[in-house]
Amino acid sequence: MPKIVGLTGDEAVAHAVKQCDVDVIAAYPITPQTIIVETLGDFIANGELNAEMVHVESEHSALSVVTAAALTGARVFTATCSQGLALMFEILYITSGVRAPVVMAIANRALSAPINIHADHSDSMAARDSGWIQLYAENVQEVYDLIFMAYKIAENKEVLLPTMVCLDGFTLTHTLERVEMLDDDVALKYLPKKPTYAHPISIEEPATYGSLALPDYYFEFKIQQEFAMNRAKEVIPKAMEEFTKVSGREYYVYNAYATDDADVIVISLGSTSGTMRSVAKELRKKGIKVGTVALRVYRPFPAKELKEVLSGAKVIVTMDRTLSFGALGGPLFEDLRSLFYDEDRRPLIADVVYGLGGRDLTPSDAKAIFEYGLEIAKTGHIPELVKFVGVRE
Amino acid sequence: MSKLLGWKEMPIGTLILKPGSTEEVKTGDWRTFKPVIDHNKCTRCTLCYYYCPDGSIMLKTENGKVVKVDVDYYHCKGCGICAKICPVKAISMVEEVR
Repeated sequence: MPKIVGLTGDEAVAHAVKQCDVDVIAAYPITPQTIIVETLGDFIANGELNAEMVHVESEHSALSVVTAAALTGARVFTATCSQGLALMFEILYITSGVRAPVVMAIANRALSAPINIHADHSDSMAARDSGWIQLYAENVQEVYDLIFMAYKIAENKEVLLPTMVCLDGFTLTHTLERVEMLDDDVALKYLPKKPTYAHPISIEEPATYGSLALPDYYFEFKIQQEFAMNRAKEVIPKAMEEFTKVSGREYYVYNAYATDDADVIVISLGSTSGTMRSVAKELRKKGIKVGTVALRVYRPFPAKELKEVLSGAKVIVTMDRTLSFGALGGPLFEDLRSLFYDEDRRPLIADVVYGLGGRDLTPSDAKAIFEYGLEIAKTGHIPELVKFVGVRE
Repeated sequence: MSKLLGWKEMPIGTLILKPGSTEEVKTGDWRTFKPVIDHNKCTRCTLCYYYCPDGSIMLKTENGKVVKVDVDYYHCKGCGICAKICPVKAISMVEEVR
């Protein structure tokens, strides 16, 4: 019988990682680190998890260690957030470049300055072009579940790409929620333990890892990564479907609510999606045709699936919890606008930037966002491409 | 150099399955000055051999004794350390002309 427990997002990550039976964990307690690796340290000390915990001198080294460990065929894990992720930036591209199937939890937090540490997506969004798969969790149950799926996807021989599981800082990392756990045997059946790298480091078959590739070869290696991302688009829904079978919990690249006949669909990432859905339900009771899409997979961008679920809407409102300074709009907004450019019938697409530095998005803010979308549907006019919600003038 | 491989034919993730392939890279192309040894002046002290950062000085030996010192121009990058370190000024740096 699956256990039902109360866990914070941090603990949920740690429990899932333990059940995935990882071999190597590396971490540095930079402020702001989370309780994720601390809990894993407890598991190792208690003899509940047989893994090597490497204490390193920086986040840059933490990712370097797990990347190298992954090349030996080990299953590896690390966690970081905001400034820590920023410090890892150089290695992010190396991890994906050497195709190490590292799984890393990102507690989404704002980047300095000003110093902040509260929830927003500036950290992981800045890494969206680094060749990592990015999954976003809406609640603690999803945090727990996505860790298993992350390994399943990253280690797939057709993919072999590092994967981030993103969970909103504090809103999910430090909030206690009800979590249904997998039985250990079910977890390991879903995720069998086998060497994960394409050509694990061995004395019998020596090879060069992390080699130099000048203008005559660099381009080819990058194209291999791009095609791996494309294959991940096929692998991810399958990994989610399999997880649905073993867990009984429904998973897909997005979680859609009332999109079939909706005039306005709001699409968002992370914990905000729960707020938007709950407000959408209230509006539906009054007969107002709104729907929501909680996007679980941001990279690779699930273009085909999103086009299907969104194309019936008159208006799409994208919610970006980050600023892309000087750009047309937020990253999610720009992706969705591009998605519909070639369509004969294009929904009107407006962007909302909200919640920076952990500013709460209240249900009344959420209601105002739906009303904003409905107004655009009525007038056929977007007053401003990017609307900032919840900021003082 | 053999034919350049396409991305579908290559091992993934910067892997090179045949070790030691660095030796095939013609770093001699990077040179603007090349070291030329005056064998009449050379005392075969082998300081250049030990100082060369790229292992591009080759020693010819007979019965365990060094009889000639040569430069591996395929790999020598022309850094000039050998010319600087030579105690009898037997190595001069000559501009590459093509």
